[in-house]
Amino acid sequence: MTKTRLTLEVNGVGREAWVAPSDLLVDVLHDGLGLGEVRYGCGEGVCGTCTVLLDGEPVSACLTLAVQAEGHAVTTLSALAGEGDSLHPLQDAFLRLGGSQCGFCTPGVMLTAYALARRERGARLPSRAEVRYELVGNLCRCTGYTKILDAIESYLAGGAP
Amino acid sequence: MVSVPFEYTRVVSYEEAVRALCDHGEDAKLLAGGQSLVPMLNLRLVRPTVLIDINAADAREPYLDSGRLVLPALTRHAQLLADSAVRCNAPLLSAAARYIGNVRVRNRGTLGGSLAHADPTGELSCAALALDASVVVRGPRGQREIAVADLFDGYLSTRLEQQDVITDVHVPVGRSRGWSFQEVARRASDFAVVAAAACVEVDPGRGAVRHARVGLAGVADRVVPAEPAAIGSIVGTVPTDAALAEVARAVAEATSPESDVHASGAYRRRLVAVLTRRALSEAIGRAHDTVAAA
Repeated sequence: MTKTRLTLEVNGVGREAWVAPSDLLVDVLHDGLGLGEVRYGCGEGVCGTCTVLLDGEPVSACLTLAVQAEGHAVTTLSALAGEGDSLHPLQDAFLRLGGSQCGFCTPGVMLTAYALARRERGARLPSRAEVRYELVGNLCRCTGYTKILDAIESYLAGGAP
Repeated sequence: MVSVPFEYTRVVSYEEAVRALCDHGEDAKLLAGGQSLVPMLNLRLVRPTVLIDINAADAREPYLDSGRLVLPALTRHAQLLADSAVRCNAPLLSAAARYIGNVRVRNRGTLGGSLAHADPTGELSCAALALDASVVVRGPRGQREIAVADLFDGYLSTRLEQQDVITDVHVPVGRSRGWSFQEVARRASDFAVVAAAACVEVDPGRGAVRHARVGLAGVADRVVPAEPAAIGSIVGTVPTDAALAEVARAVAEATSPESDVHASGAYRRRLVAVLTRRALSEAIGRAHDTVAAA
């Protein structure tokens, strides 16, 4: 298959990659552009491990063709972290409340929570039931759900900066 | 697992999509939200030679037009939840969309794609059936309209031709209507074991049922309407709880769901009775509330 040049914005920076039409966005981000936080999980859009934000909305990178991201903005977890060792308030909440165990699901979980906070910003505080509903498509193989929800609630209660 | 290699082409209109389908023959597939198609590609359950991406074919939002809600086929499930025209005029679709997959599926998945995929457990197909919705289809010989009741043809199969594209979904709008969506799934976000969608219109004066339609998912090789004779028996009446239970029992008896790893046929049939009764009861209650508030 002929490869074409893909131009997209990743975490605010213009990037290019040569991709085949059948290449998935998850593979191009992870293998092609070296973004280790975008992880292949189930390949069926069920587990949420490959979650990235496409123009600000959570999508499964394993169900998105790389060519579909042409001209669009992709956000991965590394966009959230600050300079040096400084953590984003959402990461800080996960650290304080033990929301991350093996860490495999963490980037997808955080990006889903981050998008929820952006969507509700200034409007109102989502209930725990609403957070659970939003996170239902992010599986944690350590089953650390209670602490994940605690961390997200703490972040949201702090104004979701 | 990765998909077999394929070519990719992006179209910017439905006319172009139809031309591309004609040009590329039967191994071409349309790509809309991709939330069912891409898993099937990744698992090599489908092996198209060309994908025709229609995501840029239409930028319209849902709108009202002469007594009906017009939903562009590319309306995302998330839009069904958020859009005020949909929430006001087809709240059953919003309620059904809440049960679909997860937030990522709802952000990308489309209404037209769901109907064309024809999953027998599809929430939106089930709701569209209860709403007497229809789809507008564009093909090589022009445009035509197909009732959702006539659309499904079997497991993951529709009466659409290979070169057809669904462009719009039309939903009739009524002021004296009530609705309900009921679903049982093994886990939140799973495919439905059984779902029932009800749409009921009542007489504004007496409150008697004027029209009732129930769609059922998870009971056959396609989404099906509940037995019309059973549902018809409440028309002209203000049914009691006992009457609704009787109707729901008759609806369940008319189904013959199969057993699979998720549920036995007998359990599914039991769910049909329970969910149909709940759906009719809630829909009639909502219709009465709407009439009282008018």
